[in-house]
Amino acid sequence: MPGLGASFGRGAATNFQQDLANSDCILIMGSNMAEAHPVGFRWPMKARERGATIIHVDPRFSRTSACANHYVQIRAGSDIAFLGGLINYVLTHEKWFKEYVLAYTNASTIIADEFADTEDLEGIFSGYDAKERAYESGKGRWVYADSPAEKKHEGEPIGRTEPESQGQGGIGKQGAGDRETGNDMQHGIHGPGLMGGASTHTSKRAASTSAHPPTDPTLQNPKCVMNLLRKHFARYTPELVSKICGCKPEEIQRVAELLCQNSGRDRTSAIVYAVGWTQHSIGPQIIRAAGILQQLLGNIGRPGGMVMAMRGHCSIQGSTDISTLYDLLPGYLPQPTTEEHHETLNGYVDYEGLPTGYWANTKKFIVSLLKAWYGDAAQPENEFRFKWLPHIDGDYSQLPFFEKMARGEVKGYFVLGQNPAGGAPNAALHRKGLRELEWLVVADWFEHETAVFWKDDPKGPKASEIKTEVFFIPAASIAAKEGSFTNTQRMLQWHDKAVDPEGDCRSDLSFVWNLGRRLKKLYEGSTKPQDQAIQHLTWDYAFDEPPRLPDGSLSRLTDEPDAAKVLQEINGYSLVERDEKTGKPKLLPGFSDLKDDGTTASGGWIYSGVFPAYDRNRARDRIIGDNPLQPNWAWAWPHNRRVMYNRASADPAGKPWSERKKLVWWDETQKKWVGFDQPDFEPDKSPDYRAPADAKGMKAIDGNSPFIMKPDGKSWLFAPAMKDGPFPTHYEPIESPVTNLLYPKQNDSPVVRYFEGPLNLIDHVPSKNYPIVACTFRVTEMYLSGPMSRFNSWLNELMPAMFVEISPELAAEKGIEHGGWLTVHSARGSIEARAMVTRRLRPLQIDGKQVHQIGIPFHWGFAGEAVGDIANDLVALSAEPNVSIQEDKAFGVDITAGRTHASNQIPTQSYARWPTTQPSPQTPKSAQPEGQVHQS
Amino acid sequence: MTLSLPIYENESRSSGATGRGTPRPVPFARAEHRSASTPTCGTIDEDDSTALGRAIDDAADELRNAFPPVRRSVPQPNRPEDLQDIMGFFTDTTLCIGCKACEVACKQWNQLPSDGLQFTGYSYDNTKHVGATTWRHVAFKEQINRNSDGDGTVQSRWLMMSDVCKHCHEAPCQHSCPTGAIIYNQFGDVYLQNDICNGCGYCVSACPFGVLGRADNEHDDGHAHKCTLCMDRQEGGLTPACAKVCPTSSIQFGPLEDLRKKAKGRVEELRERGNDRAYLYGCDDVGDYGPLSAFFLLEDHPNEYNLPENPPQPFKGQKARYAASIGVGALLAGVASWLLARSGGNRRGR
Repeated sequence: MPGLGASFGRGAATNFQQDLANSDCILIMGSNMAEAHPVGFRWPMKARERGATIIHVDPRFSRTSACANHYVQIRAGSDIAFLGGLINYVLTHEKWFKEYVLAYTNASTIIADEFADTEDLEGIFSGYDAKERAYESGKGRWVYADSPAEKKHEGEPIGRTEPESQGQGGIGKQGAGDRETGNDMQHGIHGPGLMGGASTHTSKRAASTSAHPPTDPTLQNPKCVMNLLRKHFARYTPELVSKICGCKPEEIQRVAELLCQNSGRDRTSAIVYAVGWTQHSIGPQIIRAAGILQQLLGNIGRPGGMVMAMRGHCSIQGSTDISTLYDLLPGYLPQPTTEEHHETLNGYVDYEGLPTGYWANTKKFIVSLLKAWYGDAAQPENEFRFKWLPHIDGDYSQLPFFEKMARGEVKGYFVLGQNPAGGAPNAALHRKGLRELEWLVVADWFEHETAVFWKDDPKGPKASEIKTEVFFIPAASIAAKEGSFTNTQRMLQWHDKAVDPEGDCRSDLSFVWNLGRRLKKLYEGSTKPQDQAIQHLTWDYAFDEPPRLPDGSLSRLTDEPDAAKVLQEINGYSLVERDEKTGKPKLLPGFSDLKDDGTTASGGWIYSGVFPAYDRNRARDRIIGDNPLQPNWAWAWPHNRRVMYNRASADPAGKPWSERKKLVWWDETQKKWVGFDQPDFEPDKSPDYRAPADAKGMKAIDGNSPFIMKPDGKSWLFAPAMKDGPFPTHYEPIESPVTNLLYPKQNDSPVVRYFEGPLNLIDHVPSKNYPIVACTFRVTEMYLSGPMSRFNSWLNELMPAMFVEISPELAAEKGIEHGGWLTVHSARGSIEARAMVTRRLRPLQIDGKQVHQIGIPFHWGFAGEAVGDIANDLVALSAEPNVSIQEDKAFGVDITAGRTHASNQIPTQSYARWPTTQPSPQTPKSAQPEGQVHQS
Repeated sequence: MTLSLPIYENESRSSGATGRGTPRPVPFARAEHRSASTPTCGTIDEDDSTALGRAIDDAADELRNAFPPVRRSVPQPNRPEDLQDIMGFFTDTTLCIGCKACEVACKQWNQLPSDGLQFTGYSYDNTKHVGATTWRHVAFKEQINRNSDGDGTVQSRWLMMSDVCKHCHEAPCQHSCPTGAIIYNQFGDVYLQNDICNGCGYCVSACPFGVLGRADNEHDDGHAHKCTLCMDRQEGGLTPACAKVCPTSSIQFGPLEDLRKKAKGRVEELRERGNDRAYLYGCDDVGDYGPLSAFFLLEDHPNEYNLPENPPQPFKGQKARYAASIGVGALLAGVASWLLARSGGNRRGR
């Protein structure tokens, strides 16, 4: 989540969900929280019961809107305009929290003279290269005023050899296989998530910032961030914003007033978002806009004040922490690249580390990681085998990778817990990619679309024409495996295994571990240098003793890895000290004990501290106490801090802003930070501490600078780490019926990638052929693309069929009947669905023109018990520059009444009235369900 | 909000509760008879009745059951203090987010079958109503104000309510059941012993809330089924499945007296906050009924939630109706015989 990382330092939700109950006002936007996160929605409801105001801003009136005090309907894709309107209100009415903003943000920092804003350049920032469709932040001088001019990497960063011309994507040019791999790098190799790095990879991270850049606390300098911000958002007047969004100016003002009334010393407001913000061609910038608003209102690091990212899967935070992304190593360390500065370990550390702030410890993290992975083979003299790490040479994120796959450039693929054939944007192109593979391994509970695409895809060729060999591996369910989940609030919760899995079902961990063991065996005798990494990989996760089930009996499974050992390795251990009780290497109490000399190992530094002793797995703790933060319920990274940047809950002098909102404060007698939470700060650094000019590392962070992951300790209103601009700017979606009213010369984002081709056509702005704005959404009854819900008749009866929500006005215009069939067309394809005609959607007036919106749930596909057309077949493959995410929350469609292809889909699983009739395991007989059914 | 729940000790009750290990009744199962006694509220002490007395009582019961259903007295607990422990539901619709977790948890726990895959178009409601196989049901009512003029705020509402058996204190289903399948259990809840049910369906038509249904699918047992208020879970000291899973505490379970107090406080709280539409349905008398054991906090007319405004008690005035029908019958017979007699006389006269 670079939107948050760029603003605050860490790419994760700033607070925990339960803390929403402490908010005085909650703005839910880009999220349908009541439907997509019904359990977490308990906390906003609790806040509402305590008198807080809930505001929902969304294209559709959903169940979340029904629970909100205020609802504002806006056009899908106009979020930055709306947020810009709020920021404009805060600035023009001088409602910003002055002490907070001046002390804790970079508002007073002076930016280099050469930086030019969208206001100066009619919709683009300085440093734009139209040929490459990319910004070069170094050239554009998105830097603090004292930064040296670019030298080392100016001009021609490696990999930017050639622009990606339009039409090269979308399998348009079958001959594209001969293009150089370097072509994918023009947007920088690293996509997501660098936690608050100073800049993109077009310049050295460490070069552009310092701990004490020049500032103007009087905010008079026209080049100080605050004045640049004022200038940038001056255009977002309520009148113009209401024209873009389709709401009323009063509605924007009302929301702004509510947020301002509920922010300040004594009150805090929260902003909640989910993929309704991220899945846009400007997604991370929408989150940046929310971050700017919350910084101005002083709502970060405080109880009830936050930007809450609601993540869509149960451990997706964990999958970025202990990274499954191609461009990140565990703990948000960048994956080394083939670029020159990543050739050596020291070069990497020098380039990626920051001299000031917590990233000054980069070498400790990477060395400990290498020791954890390569064990004794990693020694100081061989750079701890830094060269064994795969050095990436291009963009291997999902969308570009599948695009490559669709061109036949990929041989095999593993899919674990994912369903790209139904759940990925332009799913038809994804299925085309799968058809081009030689082999595919799918591990899941059910045979979902990705497992049966070769035989059951109604839009695909005959099974006999598909060469892909598909291996389906039955996966163990949650109760049949142990391990930890990291949820949206960075909390690791361990769960034990209750029963052995059925039949041949195995956990994903078991699958990966055994695969690794076989690979190690395969390469055992190899003398090739490139096989050494596999040969020396530490892979000792076998159980010491045969594992037992909770009832004491032995597990029938053999060859299983011990998940606790994996977490112990991630936690880290000393290579010189021994644990007294067990004689094994001593586990580390936290990441502050990591060393860069090879005497410690840690597989993911941010999790260090979760397993401080062999008999103490803190993720397994379930202790409920008096502290409202419940610090002993599981464990949260970093260091069990539940509210990040919580130094900001106290004023610069270290006193709580108010009694009502106190969290962490400086205790003058004890000379340390105390409070309800673990301080996200050096525990004994006095608020009066001022860093000497030449200080390095954490010593360079002043006692009044709460954002320790940033080199200057401030949160960033101006954030050059973003690849599409240091300030968020409203651009239209890549398909939109209206042009950009804000900057008429620049309709959509100047740096979005399109991947255009015959399978991925795009109706560019202004979209003439597909003038209806569509937005995909979720309902509570189904889960994502359905692999876990469409095989269960108790869920299927609740939402049995694919439908599309349309307004009565649009239905009348198109002659569509409620409950009848309709067909939705986009430039990529068409799908059939039942019509849900409802007044919950209404046409909007955009700049005097009527614009219709429709809502498309994306839960159905051709596999399972309840089947329907795939909404994702309509969505374009496109990539936002920071995280390569698609835009499926706003795209162009047209609809017609009735069916067009009448695909008679036959469910791949026949309807069962009872999904299960088995007794509940380990439940007393008296408490067994009543109706254990004997059907005749 | 956590609900503090009393822990139930069946042994301490005066009622003849079934303990752990007693075979549970099996709804939907055909032709499987249960021999164990079923729990009733307030069993008669053995000492008080002689063999003859019991025989007379039994005969009277037989006689009663032989005739069309008549009103019977509601069994009461022996000790008045037991009344406080009658357990029920308070469903606060202002907290409902329409997630249907209650529906799924109910089906899963009670092993109720899915109702089939029908897209109804009734907003997000595809299971339509409470019935034999859906014991919790979430109703959706879209009240969308088309015109959002005025102060710029949209007045639209989307009402959601989780409906369930009301476990009436004078339950017409219990009165109407000719086989004695419907009883009050040790928790004071209306309980349908599915194996004793003969599938006559009197209870289905008697219930003014439309709660009961008969499992009439091809392979089903043809018996009536309804919410047991998770009697089996209560016996194990557990909260009923629906209340347990409700993420926003819209469904609360507990001793009725506590729930009523809480509910009244809740209405006051909402009124103070300016919600003058909130009121309780079934917390006090409603229609012909006394307080219901599952009552609701609503924000609109009951009909909007598919609840009767004044639920009628089918047995109310039954004696008068019987008397009236006998009277009318007698009158008609008299008129007929007079007409006959007159016509006979005329014939004779001719």
